[in-house]
Amino acid sequence: MTSARPKIDFDAKIPNNVDLAGDRKLQRALERWQPNFLDWWGDMGPAVDTKDVYLRTAVDVGRDGWAHFDHVPMNEYRWGVFLSEHDPDRTIAFGEHKGEPVWQEVPGEYRADLQRLIVIQGDTEPASVEQQRFLGATAPSLYDMRNLFQVNVEEGRHLWAMVYLLHAYFGRAGREEADQLLARNSGSDDSPRILGAFNEETPDWLSFYMFTYFTDRDGKYQLGTLKESGFDPLSRTCEFMLKEEAHHMFVGTTGIDRVVRRTAELMQTHDTDEVAGAGGIPLTMIQKYINFHYTVSLDLFGNESSTNAANYFTAGIKGRWQEERRDDDHRLADDAGHVDAFRDGQITRNEVPALLALNQDLRHEYINDCKTGLKRWNRILQKAGIDAELYLPHVGFNRQVGAFAGAHITPDGKVVSESDWKARKDAWLPTELDKTHVRSLMHPVLEPGKIASWIAPPSTGINDKPVDFEYVHFH
Amino acid sequence: MTVLDEPVNETVAPERVPHVDFDTSPDRYRHWRFTVDGETATVYLDVDEGGGLVPGYELKLNSYDLGVDIELHDLTQRLRFEYPQVRSIVLTSGKDSNFCAGANIRMLAGSSHPWKVNFCKFTNETRNGIEDMSAAGQTWIAALNGTAAGGGYEMALACERILLVDDRSSAVSLPEVPLLGVLPGTGGLTRVIDKRRVRKDRADVFATKSEGFGGRKAVEWKLVDEAVARREWDRVVAERAEELKGDRPADAQGIALSPLARTEADDAITYDHVRVTIDRGARTATLVVAVPEMTDDPAALHEQGAAHPLLAITRELDDAILRLRTNELEIGTWLILTEGAVEHALAADRLIADHQDDWLVAETTRFLKRTLKRLDVTSRSLIALIEPGSCFAGPFLELALACDRQYMLEGTFEEAEDATLPSGAEATEPATLVVTNAQFGTFPMGNGLSRLESRFYGESLDDVPRDTPLTGADADDAGLVTDAPDDIDWTDEIRILLEERASLSPDALTGMEANHRFVGPETMETRIFGRLTAWQNWIFVRPNASGPEGALRKYGTGRKADFDQKRV
Repeated sequence: MTSARPKIDFDAKIPNNVDLAGDRKLQRALERWQPNFLDWWGDMGPAVDTKDVYLRTAVDVGRDGWAHFDHVPMNEYRWGVFLSEHDPDRTIAFGEHKGEPVWQEVPGEYRADLQRLIVIQGDTEPASVEQQRFLGATAPSLYDMRNLFQVNVEEGRHLWAMVYLLHAYFGRAGREEADQLLARNSGSDDSPRILGAFNEETPDWLSFYMFTYFTDRDGKYQLGTLKESGFDPLSRTCEFMLKEEAHHMFVGTTGIDRVVRRTAELMQTHDTDEVAGAGGIPLTMIQKYINFHYTVSLDLFGNESSTNAANYFTAGIKGRWQEERRDDDHRLADDAGHVDAFRDGQITRNEVPALLALNQDLRHEYINDCKTGLKRWNRILQKAGIDAELYLPHVGFNRQVGAFAGAHITPDGKVVSESDWKARKDAWLPTELDKTHVRSLMHPVLEPGKIASWIAPPSTGINDKPVDFEYVHFH
Repeated sequence: MTVLDEPVNETVAPERVPHVDFDTSPDRYRHWRFTVDGETATVYLDVDEGGGLVPGYELKLNSYDLGVDIELHDLTQRLRFEYPQVRSIVLTSGKDSNFCAGANIRMLAGSSHPWKVNFCKFTNETRNGIEDMSAAGQTWIAALNGTAAGGGYEMALACERILLVDDRSSAVSLPEVPLLGVLPGTGGLTRVIDKRRVRKDRADVFATKSEGFGGRKAVEWKLVDEAVARREWDRVVAERAEELKGDRPADAQGIALSPLARTEADDAITYDHVRVTIDRGARTATLVVAVPEMTDDPAALHEQGAAHPLLAITRELDDAILRLRTNELEIGTWLILTEGAVEHALAADRLIADHQDDWLVAETTRFLKRTLKRLDVTSRSLIALIEPGSCFAGPFLELALACDRQYMLEGTFEEAEDATLPSGAEATEPATLVVTNAQFGTFPMGNGLSRLESRFYGESLDDVPRDTPLTGADADDAGLVTDAPDDIDWTDEIRILLEERASLSPDALTGMEANHRFVGPETMETRIFGRLTAWQNWIFVRPNASGPEGALRKYGTGRKADFDQKRV
């Protein structure tokens, strides 16, 4: 059979370590998909018109290759396809196939489940780009704008990574799913993104930092469990994505650091908690944003007790966080576990087979990880001599998914009546007034080295560049 | 009914289940003999008690097992092809006072579930084949010279006329329900009401009355056509054989059904034109039907006889289906391919379409029809792979249409290793299939519809492109294939499909496929293979039949079955 291809010089346009130039199946799939992706990026990607941005591009998986920095026009960014190094001796670490060699092809038996997992993961990646589309216009500094775009292009690359798996391993059905990843849009009425949290807008930079801290951290844990997968290409893809995801966490962690630091400065300078008038974000408001983003992200882990997660584990397609470091039989067929429960108006726990408790297990890992940020931010407050502390609300607070959905639990873990909860809700979650105040602070600062009033400058620049480096060029 | 004097509690251990061979010939029969006198043949059931297929039971009272039925099947084929001048066939017993006690109970009680199911399926196909013979001018007459119980009576029910000797003791009966807690599994319940039009209340009385009915009562209730006194017996039987002669050409010269040339290896069965390879890891069998050049001249069929490609292919395919079905229970998916020039298949198509007035062409066509019907009731996932180098045209397109799904390569293979057919690897022309007259009624399914009608049930067939080669894309547009991937997608699509299929429950697949294959009208045949068989197979696995206290196990032990009384 003949057809007009390749139209695209694949290796030049698409950095990769998957032998794209030698794989006509992938080439054909990408030939059709890549123009659609670029259209999507044009329509749904960052709305700010820039000349070029100082971005990191992965051109290889090695130490030198994965972090290649340069000023790049956004629409010429080279989204690549990378898998971490192949380990020919790798075996499946858990489930009923434990000890067998990992799969290099999709086992037909698990096609549907694997495809679903990849589609759900893939759906979140472009969603956040869509959610953050207009943020660039109000960036508090060029440094922050650059970080936003870095996150955006990498979310784009993560979409590529999932699309690569769909194209390379799932045949025609995979190609159709890859198309759908571009057809669904965040917040769309007709075809929204699959997971609720990814249809929420990211209206301001505080939300952005919260999102990258809390919601991208969910992504880290999901990727971490997929990295354990017996389907080796998925495992290797996720392992490489985790490196990039770490940068997104960094943007969130340091972003909230800097907001807290600035608030502390203003509190001291003006000797008041009410820093709103001084162009800052009060600690109570920061706490409300934490409450909201943390709880929405907890929902992403699904039901406490999940037969899907159990099936994925037994099948060997999705493991636990750091599966191989765990000290058990990695099959869990006869073990028991505990999951959170809400029964007769009481917060309690149920004993269930360990296999059914895997979502709870992962959420637990996530919660512990989230606590590290709180420690950082409270240390900043402490050093500034401020008494107040930020905290993570109770796991049952403001939940829409799982055991606590429908329960009325306060941030400190007390069960209250619905009317009571609603009456006090404005003290716990961002109100319209809070959001209006935060939005009112969002003015772009485009001069190199300058910073908005509500946030402290970063302590260092990107890739050893100074903070006042011109990270973004405009036309 | 075979009377047992010792309990039967063990099932047939795997090592005792033989590799079943369907080859036989009259000189090797142990249970049957037949005579041909002019235009009438007389077939005697004369079971060798010690000739069971599996050790562990005696075939008393002319009871039968699969081995007996394999001979009957062979016998029907001989009468069709070797004695085409025969116009009536008298079925009787070679024993003095007993016609047939039906399927051997000890054999049934000791058999595994799949064995029982396969046994019933094959016997049902043979009974249907007997009716197909009568329809083709070789009329079967049951001359019950003694009691016909259970499967024995069901054998008579497959005949067009039933004569029962009226000796005040011989009877016909269906004692399965009252004595064994199972159903008459070879169409008995169905034929009593559908074919013989026995009223349902009388059928209910009859099927629960273990001793059955004889004489006038049996005639009055339409269970038999005539009760004939002993002294009249020979004369009446001969008269009926004369009166009921079907329509056959007087000058028909039979052809010999020579033994099939077949070589068997562990994972392969190879015939002249059909070859089967088994992948035990993947639990798939690949059946390739190679169609050689042939002429559309019926004289060649008469001259070559069993060696003629169309007849040879049909025999080989039939044998392959039976062997895989009986001996390879875990091979759950069959990939069906054809190989050869489309023109070869179209020559066969013309032979069939233009020469139905030739008895041998017509007989061969009916044989192919029955073989295709075997596929329809085969409890395996059937997938047609339509690759370059194939010839799914006319009669051979029926093979693809009988499958649960059809995958056709659009274009050719760029990489030789993707091709299943060696000849397809180098093919420079894409695969085509051709719809012909053969899709419009020549090969009806059990539901009376063609496979094409069944496929597009309730829709017009006017737009189906006929007599023109269709590529993958054309066939996909016409709805004749499930999908038409190109060579880039082919290997992955097929591999994933097969792996996914292999991971599904074999029981659920069997049930699903059987439901999807038969749309539309119910016929006696679909009722036998659907309703009757499905209920029977359910009853077979229930403790009330097969459990240690079940009726099938307790029969002949002197102890009663202990039923779970809940109605389900």
